[in-house]
Amino acid sequence: MVKAEGVHKRFGRLEVLKGISLEVEPGEVTCILGPSGSGKTTFIRCINHLEKIDAGRLWVDGELVGYRQVGDKLYELPDSEVCRKRAEIGMVFQRFNLFGHMTALENVVEAPVRVKGIAKDRAAAAAKELLTRTGLADKVDSYPSQLSGGQQQRVAIARALAMSPKLMLFDEPTSALDPELVGEVLDVMRGLANDGMTMVVVTHEIGFAREVGDTVVFMDEGVVVEAGKPREVLANPQHERTRAFLSKVL
Amino acid sequence: MTSGGAASPVPPDQIRAIPVRHTGRWVAAAVIAFLAYAVAVSMATNKRFQWSVVRHYLTASPILHGLVITLELTATSMAIGITLGVILAVMRLSPNPLVSGASWLYIWFFRGTPVLVQILFWNFFGALYPRFAIGIPLGPQFTHVDIASHITAFLAGMLALGLNEGAYMAEIVRAGIISVDEGQTEAAHALGMTRLLTMRRVVLPQAMRVIMPPTGNETISMLKTTSLVSVIAVTELLYSAQIIYARTYGIIQLLIVASIWYLIVTTILSFGQYHVERHFGRGVSRNQSSGALLTWWSNVIDVPFFRR
Repeated sequence: MVKAEGVHKRFGRLEVLKGISLEVEPGEVTCILGPSGSGKTTFIRCINHLEKIDAGRLWVDGELVGYRQVGDKLYELPDSEVCRKRAEIGMVFQRFNLFGHMTALENVVEAPVRVKGIAKDRAAAAAKELLTRTGLADKVDSYPSQLSGGQQQRVAIARALAMSPKLMLFDEPTSALDPELVGEVLDVMRGLANDGMTMVVVTHEIGFAREVGDTVVFMDEGVVVEAGKPREVLANPQHERTRAFLSKVL
Repeated sequence: MTSGGAASPVPPDQIRAIPVRHTGRWVAAAVIAFLAYAVAVSMATNKRFQWSVVRHYLTASPILHGLVITLELTATSMAIGITLGVILAVMRLSPNPLVSGASWLYIWFFRGTPVLVQILFWNFFGALYPRFAIGIPLGPQFTHVDIASHITAFLAGMLALGLNEGAYMAEIVRAGIISVDEGQTEAAHALGMTRLLTMRRVVLPQAMRVIMPPTGNETISMLKTTSLVSVIAVTELLYSAQIIYARTYGIIQLLIVASIWYLIVTTILSFGQYHVERHFGRGVSRNQSSGALLTWWSNVIDVPFFRR
């Protein structure tokens, strides 16, 4: 589903990604761990082209991200094409980023109606179902400012799911939450994983990675230090850096 | 908080203190009341005010006609200004240096010259370009319009005020757009919304909260700035009053008439502004208060002195 080969990204003179290569199979949950500044958020943002990569190649579902290749020439994709591809990838942000001027329901309905052109009443019915599934049936008419962090993040997940994505990206979805609200968001994500959704999750929740992850990737300073089954990487890390990190967070 | 025991008329921990005496406030209030009284008496007893003349002309048909022109001019030039302002603001934020540069140049020029000069300029534009033709410069022409005969004084005034307003509105809109969190744009992009759709559906509606209050001020300011077009003989409120006092010499009376109308419209506009702001503030405040008129009024006279 996702394939990265030697992905590089620099911001000015700072090289954030120094050649990331990894592969995510359909239906698989990949958890990316690592200290802050290791480039994990930047990498996940490259997957739906919120950041342009500087070198290497990145494919989603067999198609190059952000470019079209003809022969050995790369053509940048126009905005409309980039948007069409992004519509197939759901993304959940650390700080929720719900549209503040819309109710929970309007947040979920917006993209299906405006981007996919689905009829309003059909989209609303589907949105209500999604909000019920995420346990927010009684919050459909609330504005984000009236919801707790955990509720906002669950609306954000419903909003992403409303586009029926084939891949879900989670960028530290529980890092901005009060500790007691983390569980309700992880429960929704666990449900998604059980339904067979392909997920890439940047997280600090080691427990979630161990339990739900099919693959755990440990990143540091812009490179993949270690990747593999959670049992192997988390229980028996091969690299000194991974061991040092895990000893601090476990 | 107290429970059990004998029911005492005053719970022991309730504070019944004698409030601080605000002597200064009472002295100031007395002085102001006296001054207000003095001014009122002088206005009522000074025969030269000729209030009957003011009353007579307040609803005279040339004045009402002038008022309508003033309102039309305010509405149309604000419409031009806001439309232009949004376009210029989006251009100003464009990554294309030519586009943002063009917007910068426009704002620089129209903010940098007095609006009175611009009004006069547009009025005499016909002398500079008697004909407006669509075609290729120095090449063939497809169609043309005679400007000298088409640009009326009203049109010149509307154009001058609208184009000038566009420069100011551009800065207001730009500030509003910048105030919207970048995460909103990212979330919209991640959902597959195009840049234009994101601007229209996500950024601008939220920018409105920041844009609205200064736009209300601009509208109220525009209402009064329209009086400048009296110099090019547009029969708006002030010029209508001037025409009458040129004949009757009741200068003060007619200026009072015009002022009363400006005050009435300003009051109505500020009431409207309050409602529009409330509409665009939705989703921000946790408790959306009811009783709009009362709240508006309490905002107008928000004086702690009256609250005990």
